[in-house]
Amino acid sequence: MNTGTFNPPEIDYLAIAPILIIFGTAVLSVLVEAFVGRTARRPVQLVLVIGSLLVALYFVISQAGTRTITANGALVIDGPALVLWGALLVLSLLGAMLMAERTLDPSGDVFAARAAALPGSEDERQFTQRGWVQTEVWPLFLFSVSGMLMFVAANDLLLMFVALEVMSLPLYLLAGMARRRRLLSQESALKYFLLGAFSSAFFLYGASLLYGFSGTVSLPGIAEAISAKPSQGPLLILGMALLVVGLLFKVGAVPFHQWTPDVYQGAPSAVTGFMAATVKIAAFGALLRVMYVAFGGIRWDWEPMLWVIAILTMFVGSIVALVQTDIKRMLAYSSIAQSGFIMLGVIAASAEGLSASLFYLIAYGFGTIGAFAVISMVRQSGGEATSLSAWAGLGRTSPVIGAVFAVFMLSLAGIPLTSGFVAKFGVFAAAIESGDTWLVIAAVVASIIAAFFYVRVIVLMYFSAPAKEPAVVAVPSAFTTIALAAGVTVTVVLGIIPQPLLELVANADVFLR
Amino acid sequence: MTELMPAEGVFSLIWLLIALPLAGAIVLLFGGRRTNSWGPYLGVLTVSASAVLGVLMLLGLLDRPAEERTVEQTLFTWVFVGDFQADMAFQLDQLSMVFVLLITIVGALIHVYSLGYMAHDPDRRKFFGYLNLFVAAMLLLVLANNYLLVYVGWEGVGLASFLLIGFWQAKPSAAAAAKKAFIINRVGDVGLSLAIMLMFVTFGSVSFDDVFRSTSEASEGTLTAIGLLLLLAAAGKSAQFPLQAWLLDAMEGPTPVSALIHAATMVTAGVYLIVRSNAIYNAAVWAATAVVIVGLITIFMGAIIGSAKDDIKKSLAGSTMSQIGYMIFAAGLGPIGYVFAIFHLLTHGVFKAGLFLGAGSVMHGMNDNVNMRRYGALKGLMVITFITFMAGYLAIIGIPPFSGFWSKDEIIHAAFERNAFIGIATILAAGITGFYMTRMIAMTFFGKPRWEEGVHPHESPAVMTIPLIILALGSTFMGMALLFWGNIESWLEPVTGFASEPTPLPTMFYIGVTLVVVIIGAVIGWITYGVKPVPIDPPHGSWLTRAARKDLYGDAVNDVLVVQPSLATARYLSWFDDKGIDGFVNGIARWVGLLANTLRRTQSGLVRSYALSMVGGVFVVVLALLLVRMN
Repeated sequence: MNTGTFNPPEIDYLAIAPILIIFGTAVLSVLVEAFVGRTARRPVQLVLVIGSLLVALYFVISQAGTRTITANGALVIDGPALVLWGALLVLSLLGAMLMAERTLDPSGDVFAARAAALPGSEDERQFTQRGWVQTEVWPLFLFSVSGMLMFVAANDLLLMFVALEVMSLPLYLLAGMARRRRLLSQESALKYFLLGAFSSAFFLYGASLLYGFSGTVSLPGIAEAISAKPSQGPLLILGMALLVVGLLFKVGAVPFHQWTPDVYQGAPSAVTGFMAATVKIAAFGALLRVMYVAFGGIRWDWEPMLWVIAILTMFVGSIVALVQTDIKRMLAYSSIAQSGFIMLGVIAASAEGLSASLFYLIAYGFGTIGAFAVISMVRQSGGEATSLSAWAGLGRTSPVIGAVFAVFMLSLAGIPLTSGFVAKFGVFAAAIESGDTWLVIAAVVASIIAAFFYVRVIVLMYFSAPAKEPAVVAVPSAFTTIALAAGVTVTVVLGIIPQPLLELVANADVFLR
Repeated sequence: MTELMPAEGVFSLIWLLIALPLAGAIVLLFGGRRTNSWGPYLGVLTVSASAVLGVLMLLGLLDRPAEERTVEQTLFTWVFVGDFQADMAFQLDQLSMVFVLLITIVGALIHVYSLGYMAHDPDRRKFFGYLNLFVAAMLLLVLANNYLLVYVGWEGVGLASFLLIGFWQAKPSAAAAAKKAFIINRVGDVGLSLAIMLMFVTFGSVSFDDVFRSTSEASEGTLTAIGLLLLLAAAGKSAQFPLQAWLLDAMEGPTPVSALIHAATMVTAGVYLIVRSNAIYNAAVWAATAVVIVGLITIFMGAIIGSAKDDIKKSLAGSTMSQIGYMIFAAGLGPIGYVFAIFHLLTHGVFKAGLFLGAGSVMHGMNDNVNMRRYGALKGLMVITFITFMAGYLAIIGIPPFSGFWSKDEIIHAAFERNAFIGIATILAAGITGFYMTRMIAMTFFGKPRWEEGVHPHESPAVMTIPLIILALGSTFMGMALLFWGNIESWLEPVTGFASEPTPLPTMFYIGVTLVVVIIGAVIGWITYGVKPVPIDPPHGSWLTRAARKDLYGDAVNDVLVVQPSLATARYLSWFDDKGIDGFVNGIARWVGLLANTLRRTQSGLVRSYALSMVGGVFVVVLALLLVRMN
């Protein structure tokens, strides 16, 4: 008789401390919203957020070298997971800095005074006048970060799904809270939510088909089932296809990319910068783990499919970016194109491919968050000047900001002496080593197209006469300054002395199975 | 080959030799107007400090046995790519030591002289900055322990030379001369860079030690190629045929620059390069022969040009070409010549610097006029300049016991050890030297005054005459000092090797013949320009004189052979670029733009169409997987 005794899972609490810390702080942060007075909330929340990120980062660093599978095999702490955790926490810290900025906008916060108020209504006007701010963004932010940490360490599909939702749901909300152009912001949030839900359904359906095929949701279990069954049926193929679609949506691969421009444009720049950097890392982390650990045995099956997706992604992203007139939309398409390049590392399906992808993600994360920091500073009649034409002549009127943005553009374009070059070189080299020479040739062609629109911004900033209504660069507080300085420093340093990080990711080039 | 010794004691400061003038250059060039008042003195100070340091190191080397005099200091790994490694490392040995002393001591004297010469120039801070930059780059060139680092110094001196020739860039002639020097030097630089690449391919390293140790592993063909490429580099930097045309125009620069860079030091870098690479030339006979031929041609070209020019600096520049021709020639003779090439380089560095500074002193008193036909009878008015100039004069034509006699005589003797014909040629050239130098002093210091109106010749200030006196002492005694007291042959022998072959006739015979020929040349010069009156307007002259006045048609040859074909090619490429390549590229760009505008329409902003495209994507993914499966 089944007595149904419950065996509590063995959990290595130290190993998963970073997740627990962020998650616990998120819960605490909700309580702060309920019990701390209005004026004290913001400082308390900021201390909690920054403090918890730093403590979590400390735990990540202190257990460098840990390789363990815990919680009944649901969570795995290995080299890639630790590297991704470190990157996610540092970039979240920079993202938090951007979100905490209050001096750029004359009316104060980045976020709407009350998200529930109808845009343009009397309520909204009054809330703004009273100087109310929302601090609910901080618990949302922390939940999202904890979801990301879980996502990249999840070793079974069920936990991965939960993590995916914990990561995504707060982001949907954050995207809809811009103080300015609120209709656009809310529209983008709704689109993001609907399409996100749609893609989650694919993910879940794929996971259930895979369970049907293998009788397990654990990634190594699926890999075992694949090697055990010589004639793999349609369940596996369909399940893998749908699962991958869910992940490709998150990385913004074509043709699952169309939410990207709308959301990048609509969300507050601080949130865009944060999620552009971190969601890309988290999603690629999960995609890499799924493809390498669960489906590594049938790489010949999925590689051609990813070839098609990668080529589509690189080219559609690069080509459509050419005709964008809004800088945030342009960077959205750029992020799509970059996803295509990172996919080369996934397709390589090798230790080199994994470590090159990790390097690329880190380089891309810092460059992107820095670029959005600049965008949040370049303003026009109170709001952000996202129209490219307003950026004309900016390099001459604000030489420092112009130069910094030029560095980010050069890095995204993959010009030597910036991190972007080392990153691109890494994934291209890994792909060639795995025999994907033609894919690399396509990628090089796509990079040439992409270089055009990156360099066009530089040309616009330095060689065009200033616009009729030129944008001005607002002076930020220490928050944005730190984020910007970190972004540009990492971009340049990784371009000149990439060796330390290359060695770090080379030590993290295998997933623990 | 001698062992490389670690840099201890005073030698741990080798880097400082270079760092001092470099720091001076950085302060002066980036410090802006703030440094205007004290900048020039800082410039003098840094080079003088390097000179003192150099002397201390010489004493350090003298303390050691000959086989322990090669000191190596590695600062850090500079380039490390794949199999390629080059260090930021210096090698101080007997050869670099003499160069360090020449560069820093003559450099310091010329810095001091410039304090007076450039006193009224508004940009003199910049001038001293460039001079310091030059000294730093030149020291890097001679102290490097690998060819790649030599290349850095090589380019650095080229840059400094370019900046200083064009120092008065407001003058179109100076700007043009600077560009000409730079472009012709680039041709030589290509030779050096190709030589370095070939060395890396052949030996897997570009450090002196590795390359010279493994010359026996390379084929003679490869070594000949490297030797010829290095000769091309040397010809560019040292103004040797066929890359000689820039040196005469380079006299547009301020006279201290002509003395330091275009007489004493930079132009001898080619000689250094060849002597340093002796292991390569010893194993590549044809390359060495080419060196001899290039040197011999230039000896005569320079001497003939020097005989025809009325511009005192250009005449001296022709003479410099000719004298460096002697050095290159000697270096091409192999172990019997290397030592004497360097010996002559050192004595020439001193006496030619003295002659140039003397010419500068004369110009200073003649309102910057350089035309010797407007000089005359200056010996009583500029006594110190005259006496010091005479010391240089006697040294360069090779009258005992002045320094040039000892060094040039050794080269002529070495030539006879190899071959009587080239020996006779060098004696002939020595005769021409006697002619043009006598012509120069006769036109400048003797005869009747032919001054322009309003010119009041006067002696220069002490800050200029003291360096002249020091250099004149060097011109007088240095040859003996180096030969008898300094034992230059045995000093350099561990680096360059030294050999001596018997000559058919006793040594005294060659010395006697040379002296007689030189004196005949000098007497002809004296009769033509000292006894007969010098016309103010140049006479029509023979065809050779007319050709020499035009630099032996060097520019015309360059124009026909290089400039015109280059321009024609450039015009064609420009046309092809406009029509062919741009047309192609723009065509592609148009298509991509069209595609972009089509694709962006799919971004309708409607969630339902986005979702539809995702479903389409799912079909693509499934289809792709199934297609693979079916195969």
